[in-house]
Amino acid sequence: MSNEKQVDPGRRGLLVATCATGGVVGLATAGALVSTFQPSERAKAAGAPVEVDISDVAPGTMKVVEWRGKPVWILRRTPEMLASLPKNDDKVADPHSDKIYQLEMPAYAKNEQRARAEHKEVLVVVGICSHLGCSPSSRFAPGAQPSLPDDWNGGFLCPCHGSTFDLSARVFKNKPAPTNLDVPRYMYLSDTRIVIGKDEKGEA
Amino acid sequence: MAAFKETKFPANAPMTDKAVGWVDDRFPLSKLWNDQWGKYYAPKNFNFWYIFGILATFILVLQIVTGIFLTMHYKPDANLAFGSVEYIMREVPWGWLVRYMHSTGASAFFIVIYLHMTRGLLYGSYRKPRELLWLFGFAIFLALMAEAFFGYLLPWGQMSYWGAQVIVNLFGAIPLIGPDLSLWIRGDYVVSDATLNRFFAFHVIAIPLVILGLVAAHLIALHEVGSNNPDGIEIKDNLGPDGHPVDGVPSHPYYTFHDLFGVSVFLLVFSAVIFFAPEMGGYFLEYNNFIPADSLKTPTHIAPTWYFTPFYSVLRATTADFMYVLMAAVAAYVVFLWLKSRLSFITKIIVAIIGIVLIIGMLPSVLDAKFWGVVLFGSSVVIIALLPWLDHSPVRSIRYRPTWHKYVLVVFGISFITLGYLGTQPPSPAGGVISQVCTLLYFGFFLLMPWWSAMGSFKPVPKRVTFHAH
Repeated sequence: MSNEKQVDPGRRGLLVATCATGGVVGLATAGALVSTFQPSERAKAAGAPVEVDISDVAPGTMKVVEWRGKPVWILRRTPEMLASLPKNDDKVADPHSDKIYQLEMPAYAKNEQRARAEHKEVLVVVGICSHLGCSPSSRFAPGAQPSLPDDWNGGFLCPCHGSTFDLSARVFKNKPAPTNLDVPRYMYLSDTRIVIGKDEKGEA
Repeated sequence: MAAFKETKFPANAPMTDKAVGWVDDRFPLSKLWNDQWGKYYAPKNFNFWYIFGILATFILVLQIVTGIFLTMHYKPDANLAFGSVEYIMREVPWGWLVRYMHSTGASAFFIVIYLHMTRGLLYGSYRKPRELLWLFGFAIFLALMAEAFFGYLLPWGQMSYWGAQVIVNLFGAIPLIGPDLSLWIRGDYVVSDATLNRFFAFHVIAIPLVILGLVAAHLIALHEVGSNNPDGIEIKDNLGPDGHPVDGVPSHPYYTFHDLFGVSVFLLVFSAVIFFAPEMGGYFLEYNNFIPADSLKTPTHIAPTWYFTPFYSVLRATTADFMYVLMAAVAAYVVFLWLKSRLSFITKIIVAIIGIVLIIGMLPSVLDAKFWGVVLFGSSVVIIALLPWLDHSPVRSIRYRPTWHKYVLVVFGISFITLGYLGTQPPSPAGGVISQVCTLLYFGFFLLMPWWSAMGSFKPVPKRVTFHAH
């Protein structure tokens, strides 16, 4: 008897078809397992817009609210704070907020104050550093102080890697953070109430 | 395949012989023991540096055992996790000891592994034929970093939370898919309950299984090619009449008792840390991690645990200004390769093209410094895997290399430790410049190794190992 195996083409064909089918089922199962990693329906639902009463935010103070689990800063700037902004124009990396981080920049916030026309003094930004997602701390007092330049006009300092931002949350040049902080979609329901995560064009 | 044959024992043979014989007929028990340890001939000139392999194995077992008992009380739930760790610390009988053994064990694991790798560097233990052995070891190091990272989120303290936030966002720097990838890893818009639950699964089952498999592969590869030794010569080249290396001794009993002594000394130090300094001044357990995670407030100073800080410093060192230095470095390296390497013309063309693409990519208008920081961070780890192919020294061991090679190693060691120290400190302008210099030294050590490792006058390598009987 010869040692050469006789290949039965019909059976070989079936073998290939069986392996291919098994492979497809295996891949599909792996796909299902990988998909379980996506945000669940509950997590997505928790990303709904938030309404905030801002009547208690005095000039020069800031309120932090939670939206999608992230801190959103609502800072009511004093006239002196607003006056400091043009001085930073040549020191910040992106004065006109042309580069986006995670959220598309709403057109109504593409200005020096990065705020809606109704209340230019109220800054609404997501307080998450565009470098690696830490939350910068507020350093509103101008002047020289530790970790900050001597000509500091007030702003924010990220404790993780030292990125600095001005009072419009624009990042200073040559810092680890590449872009300005995100301005979420928001709108005024009244003079003292805003909704974050939603504007005339719909939800973020 | 031979037919089954029951081994016959005389009627008066000891019970243990009969029992082992019965098993050996059905499972290669004695063979496994003899191949892997009992009759595995290891060089007789092992020194202090050769204890860390067995210590790493010992700590692995310790971590698995203490981990199992911690899992019995820990709750992987964002609302309960922090409290359940404090419950283990305060109310579970001896829970504090088990938890401190586990947390101190993590740092001890990295200390031992870093020393184990240093040994490889000193004596050229990664050189042919031990390349795969080195790669398995490197894979264990990667898996261990993943294990430590996933585990660090579980206490759900401020450092756990924000450390995970920073590391997961590293993936966000990858162009195009980055933000979606981060979202997929977290399973939510921020680090949340979903993240904690999956990190728990990775920490307690997925990664440990991978580590155990890799450790088995590492040991099988080691016992196949044989251990290196401080002289860096092959003991298998010099066999005695019994077919065993004349410079080798069977691991059992010689290294069994040697290692038991080493483990005892380790346990003395380890216990002292557990009982007197389990936090190690904030290095083993960071103080901010005793505050529950708060997604709205970043601690004033975030630093990863000490074992990640050298690589983390590389990440921090990569600023927009530093990119121009890196571009110059890439250009210089390509020119150097053209002038000094014996690579083929085609390879040189490919290298030049890669270099030009890298330099273009480093322009501020193409990819920002954040992306390159992540690339350098990853490269600083992965480059360790390439050692077997970067080292062109004619001898393995540092003992027979030119003396100045020792200084090169010392400079490398100092830059690695400096990077590690700066990574634990808040960012500062001076620290930034120092870490940039150290980053260049770190990469220079590896990338220039094909040249410097072959330079200088080498000392003659002996035929037999250096050994003085005690």
